[in-house]
Amino acid sequence: MGKMNLQQKLALLSDAAKYDASCASSGTTKRNSADGKGLGSTEGSGICHAYAPDGRCISLLKILMTNFCIYDCAYCVNRVSSNVERARFSVEEVVHLTTEFYRRNYIEGLFLSSGIIRSPDQTMSDMVRIARELRQTHNFRGYIHLKTIPDASPELIEEAGLLADRLSMNIELPTDAGIKTYAPEKNPDEIRRAMSNVRLRKEEAKETSHTGKRAPKFAPAGQSTQLIVGADGADDRTILQSSIRLYSSYKLKRVYYSAFSPIPDSTAKLPLIKPPLAREHRLYQADWLLRFYGFDAAEIAPDAGSGMLDLDIDPKLAWALANRGSFPVDVNTASRDLLLRVPGLGTKSVSRILAARRSGSLGYDDLRRLGALVKKAKPFISTRDWHPGRLTDTANLRARFAPPPEQLQLF
Amino acid sequence: MYRVELPRLGTFDAWRNHARTLALGGARAEEVEWTLEGEAPGLFGGAAPPTPRPDAVLNVPKSFPDLARQVCASREPGVFFLLYRLLLRLSSEPRLLSNRADADVQRAEEIAKNIRRDMHKMKAFVRFRKVPGENTGRRQFLSWFEPDHRIEELVAGFFSRRFSDMDWAIVTPEVTTTLRNGVLEQRAIPSAPLSLEDETEELWRTYYANIFNPARLKTKAMQAEMPKKYWKNLPEAALIPGLIADAENRMRQIQESAPTLPPLRAERILHRLPEASAESTPPADSLNALTAQMKGCSLCPLYENATQVVPGAGPEDATLMIVGEQPGDKEDLAGRPFIGPAGQAFDAVAREVGLNRQATYVTNAVKHFKFQPRGKRRIHQSPNTSEVNHCRWWLDREIAQVKPKLLIALGATAALALTGNGKNITRRRGTVEQGTAGIPVFITVHPAFLLRQASDASRDAETARFREDLRTVAAMVSALEADTATSITADGPGQ
Repeated sequence: MGKMNLQQKLALLSDAAKYDASCASSGTTKRNSADGKGLGSTEGSGICHAYAPDGRCISLLKILMTNFCIYDCAYCVNRVSSNVERARFSVEEVVHLTTEFYRRNYIEGLFLSSGIIRSPDQTMSDMVRIARELRQTHNFRGYIHLKTIPDASPELIEEAGLLADRLSMNIELPTDAGIKTYAPEKNPDEIRRAMSNVRLRKEEAKETSHTGKRAPKFAPAGQSTQLIVGADGADDRTILQSSIRLYSSYKLKRVYYSAFSPIPDSTAKLPLIKPPLAREHRLYQADWLLRFYGFDAAEIAPDAGSGMLDLDIDPKLAWALANRGSFPVDVNTASRDLLLRVPGLGTKSVSRILAARRSGSLGYDDLRRLGALVKKAKPFISTRDWHPGRLTDTANLRARFAPPPEQLQLF
Repeated sequence: MYRVELPRLGTFDAWRNHARTLALGGARAEEVEWTLEGEAPGLFGGAAPPTPRPDAVLNVPKSFPDLARQVCASREPGVFFLLYRLLLRLSSEPRLLSNRADADVQRAEEIAKNIRRDMHKMKAFVRFRKVPGENTGRRQFLSWFEPDHRIEELVAGFFSRRFSDMDWAIVTPEVTTTLRNGVLEQRAIPSAPLSLEDETEELWRTYYANIFNPARLKTKAMQAEMPKKYWKNLPEAALIPGLIADAENRMRQIQESAPTLPPLRAERILHRLPEASAESTPPADSLNALTAQMKGCSLCPLYENATQVVPGAGPEDATLMIVGEQPGDKEDLAGRPFIGPAGQAFDAVAREVGLNRQATYVTNAVKHFKFQPRGKRRIHQSPNTSEVNHCRWWLDREIAQVKPKLLIALGATAALALTGNGKNITRRRGTVEQGTAGIPVFITVHPAFLLRQASDASRDAETARFREDLRTVAAMVSALEADTATSITADGPGQ
């Protein structure tokens, strides 16, 4: 095997990184280079500079430092037992790609991950070196997301948090039993402890010292993780319970869900199915309901039932259909909490309703102008000029929203 | 009829100046014809602007200028008229802008939203190409872009804040924006499309092709966010048809290729790794060994949700052992007992009565945190009898190892664990009972009970009672330690 050039390495090490769903570049501190001495800025919301034909946003240069790995996680293309070609970037190569791509406005920054080489500490310190080089030698002020190796020493994680905007550790499998089966070298306790430390360290950085000075920001865009959907047998309820535990315990910014998609040179242990994209989509919707709509995991995926989300209709609609006694909701008098439970009303339209109804009673057309999805909301709301009557309780209400059943094939 | 001609650059500022004069002079919306520089003038010449009425004032809500600045950039017909009408309405309806159900407000917000989208897409899809040639120290880049609306002024700041250490120009059909040596300049000059190239684009295309996952083909989602109209300026877009056409093939190949044998080095590497699950278990002959054993505890289901076991802490020869209920949020995260709000409350009172916490062993009846997730917080839940009984396995071993002379049970759960009875704590507090381990147990409330008091008065009263309890304990501890000292002296120094 001859020596690979930069382009060949880039092909291999970006291909190896694409199974990580995270691409966010939002929510960090505001920085810019108006002083003329650096490169880059972050201004609140991130930017998707391109979209791949898989519909995913390309915001960061998402690469692995190396795809050599001493672990053997069944779901991973880079596991030690895979025959994929291996490569490794030098520090200079990653810095070159990041800054040259950034200057041409292709990206918001770097998302650097890596296979575990030699030891967790060795891997983490090499990654930190790249971030340090970018920030200190090249005055790079764009976004940096570093994958954190859970077993790495606290000093390395400390430096990573001071250099990067976001840190992440992927749990990948929602249960400890799943991790044991499919990623035997990973230690779920260690991951949780590492997430705790990041949360505690972030909280520490928020406190002002007795001199009134603010400590330097630690991972200002927070930490995140990813769960793979459809590789092991975990149902949606288990996945959502896992998420809500992660959000409440470690204050994660995001839990990403990634439909398990077939990888080259896959192990026989895992299904080579089409990735369950619809399921992934429903989980994201449910995740939003947990975080921004005041729903409880038990309400969205109740203990009774299959433990799976309805694939045909969204989880909020499913909840409303199962709890019709709470409807219709009067949009002119209902509280924010109640309005947030109405299918077809999002957080924005609810805020607009609350503001607009101070100027007068709202009618059906007003809701449309406010940006509500009135067709969906119709059976669940009453307005100045609309009442659903018995529509709320009709037996075939679900059929109005669910896609028509697929016709059976004759043969 | 008044006729106003607005310039291509500085459109909003000009609109604001004219609108202010017209509104103060009492001009109605229908009486003003707004045109842009270069557009065909109306049939009738305009009248001289009205003189402001002396009593007229013009106030607008803070959000109006920002909205107007964006709407002014739109190429939709009638935007200046719409803004002027909104301006006039605002003087009698100051809260108008918060009513999105109003047709004018809704229209203006919709236009502004399109402008923001156009701005966002320009920030996303401008592609700088390196200009070869003269090396002046600052590198030079050039870009051609065709926005839908007149947004060049609105986005110039973004590019100059981001790319300040290089010289660049963004050329659109109507405006050329440049940054040279840190100086931003915009000129309204018509330009024809530029055809540009840059060798780094080959690397970018390589990245684009490889970050795409053919198993997740979703072309509609891509086009919703990256409409075809932008493709001609994006170096990566030429790859799209090929990637789409080949996706299914690539998936079939993955599925059809049989699993391979792992490379030889795999076994060698895996062999060297310590297995995460099989941690060596040292014999329980010291406190450290006991702590190590506790780590993987799964005697009851609480381990499933908690972060980690929180073992006790303190000297192995402590006279006093303090037993609380269970670790809280903070303790669960840090892995150390009594560091959260209740632990701090305890420490504060202990200090007042001269009870040295460093010399005592502190632990909990239950070693994992039991909670209910509620949104972004974890709500404490008391452990049940079964959980307490399971965890006594560890508590008993801690007691056997430390051999304290006195135990304090803080609250019902600790009392249950140490005496077998967790009832009637308020009646039993301040008394010493014989514990199941044969060691006296002093019963008192949990410090969290002090924090839960609703009023300052009752908190002060309860803190005072708790202080008295700890004072009693401190006295008992001194007596016990004096005893020990005498017996050592009596027996003489050991060999």
